[in-house]
Amino acid sequence: MTEFLTVSVLLATLASGIRLATPFLLAALGETISQRSGVLNLGVEGVMLLGAYGAYYATLRTDSVVLGILVSLVVGGVMGIAYGVVTLALKAEQGISGIGIFIFGLGLSDLLFQKQVGTPTPIDGLGDVALPLLGDLPVVGEVLFHQNILVYVAFLLVPALWFVVNRTPFGLNVRAVGETPEAADSLGVSVNRTRYITIFVGNAMAGLAGGALALELGIFQQNLTNGHGFIAIALVYFGAWRPTGVMAGAMVFGLVSATVLQWKTLGIVVGTTASIVGMFPAVLTILVLVLVSRRTGQPSALTRPFERGH
Amino acid sequence: MLVGAVLAAALIGAVMLVILGANPLTGYAALIEGAFGGTKNLANSALKAMPLLLVGAGISVAFRTGVINIGGEGQIIAGAIVATLVVLAVPDLPRFVLLPLAFLFGAIGGAIWGGMAGALKSYAGVNEILSTIMLNIIAVQILNLLLRGPLMDPGEIEKGSRIPHTERLSANADLPILPGGTRLHLGVVVAVLMAVVCYVVLFRTTQGLRLRASGHNPFASLYAGMSVKRNVVLAFMYSGAMCGLAGVTLVFGSEGHRLATDGGATTFTGAAGFNGIVAALFGGLHPLWTIPASFLFGALLVGANALQRAVQVPAALILALNGLVVVFVVSSLQARIRLSQAVSRMAGKEEPTDDLAGDDRQTPGKADPP
Repeated sequence: MTEFLTVSVLLATLASGIRLATPFLLAALGETISQRSGVLNLGVEGVMLLGAYGAYYATLRTDSVVLGILVSLVVGGVMGIAYGVVTLALKAEQGISGIGIFIFGLGLSDLLFQKQVGTPTPIDGLGDVALPLLGDLPVVGEVLFHQNILVYVAFLLVPALWFVVNRTPFGLNVRAVGETPEAADSLGVSVNRTRYITIFVGNAMAGLAGGALALELGIFQQNLTNGHGFIAIALVYFGAWRPTGVMAGAMVFGLVSATVLQWKTLGIVVGTTASIVGMFPAVLTILVLVLVSRRTGQPSALTRPFERGH
Repeated sequence: MLVGAVLAAALIGAVMLVILGANPLTGYAALIEGAFGGTKNLANSALKAMPLLLVGAGISVAFRTGVINIGGEGQIIAGAIVATLVVLAVPDLPRFVLLPLAFLFGAIGGAIWGGMAGALKSYAGVNEILSTIMLNIIAVQILNLLLRGPLMDPGEIEKGSRIPHTERLSANADLPILPGGTRLHLGVVVAVLMAVVCYVVLFRTTQGLRLRASGHNPFASLYAGMSVKRNVVLAFMYSGAMCGLAGVTLVFGSEGHRLATDGGATTFTGAAGFNGIVAALFGGLHPLWTIPASFLFGALLVGANALQRAVQVPAALILALNGLVVVFVVSSLQARIRLSQAVSRMAGKEEPTDDLAGDDRQTPGKADPP
């Protein structure tokens, strides 16, 4: 087991952890902005599946990864508009309609995959890009700063989202609408318009998260995400609705998954123990939720539709 | 409104069929024929409806107590595993002992798995939607672990094919086929009976009143001296027990008479844990109305296979449409409430609302100063 602790193995684990954290991070950041405005989006898993399939199919047919990424964003955005109409205009119960979106995405992505592709065909996923300067660092640069473009995008979105939420007028509106929509409304902030924007952005990011997963793996299959979207929602609670906290949570999950993969390749876990390892992220999620349940920071108006005069 | 939700979903399904290059009329005709045409197809629809009904009737209890149980899949698996272990342990008991024992332990297994989510919500403050989804993933992994390890059919190990399923379980635990020459078995009767039991518990007992009160207004229930936390755990256990029973009917009513997995996330449940939610919502969260609702959705799932054969569009279409039905039902529910509110407002009547702070005559900008 000494080889497990060498610097190169640890660095490789860290690098793969960063890569595996990316889909979690993208989806969870999108969910964060949505929840900060008071909307719980439980359909993330379904939107991720649709985004993943969209990215996979577009890349398979055109050999263009860029087009794949764009398609996943568009798919997510379209789902965002639909979810906005359902939760804002029709004021449907957010918990249950989100589950409906999940079932829809699970069924539709499987349907399209079976009908349009059939046999699993691998695609060339995202290539690694070396960051200027940082990528040239000895040892560390080679491992940590040679990642695919979506990894950089996801981690750059952390400060970007923090800035938007905490330092811009729009972010102030988002927070106001999520805490006391009545007060925001009385000051002339359009509650529903603000929420439409956050839902749109949140779902587009969920679609992108699915795309990141499919392009990272270079494959699509039924239920490809297998709980990624729900874990991403849990990460928002873990991160106490703050982008940096969400990033920390995503890194924990990425590193755990990477370590597990590392153990598999090193032969530390074999055979049926793979199942024990497979349930680890789920157990970790529950433990994390138990630990953070008493933490404050949840937007007061979460899941509460806004209605004037109440 | 409910019919409208299905029609809207069917319309979208037709558009999807056209986009996929299939004739929607041919497809839907095959679906209806496959679901309702003849005794054999009707019996298959009823068999497919059986787990949906058990899950859906239990979901009605949970949702009415104000807890969203998405953990049907995991609870089905937990019930199936526990019942299978019992039958493997005492295979030679006579049928009239072994079969009730299998049902009992299946219910216990499901109740424990559901109760965990309830306890996590009540005593650790964990959102039940997230915990049940995670418990689903854990249950699938435990199932795969058992079927690839200690529970694997010794015959499979001998042959070296290593298909992950148990040996053929004791014939004394087979669900007896009902007379009439179809594949219908006792599980269907159990499902209907248990739906009636759910109705009685929910609407005709003090316990049921407490559960519904906790769901309707937890604060008032607490003030009236009820333990809302305890009711949440109980509702999850009822719901989980029903799912566990569904697991028992799926294993001991299956054609292979064994517990099996495909190694993936769907295992042997056929997504009944999710489709049962659709049936329950469609049945208005009323256990008795869930009976026809689950028959309808069972029929759709059976018909989906006929549709796949007729126009070469995968049966997953129906799962996607079920998701849409959920969205449409919850959207139209709210739309209907607001419509009736608007009508009563126009008629100048005070609308009954459970929101004590709600005052229509106050406009946002003109609220009284604090």
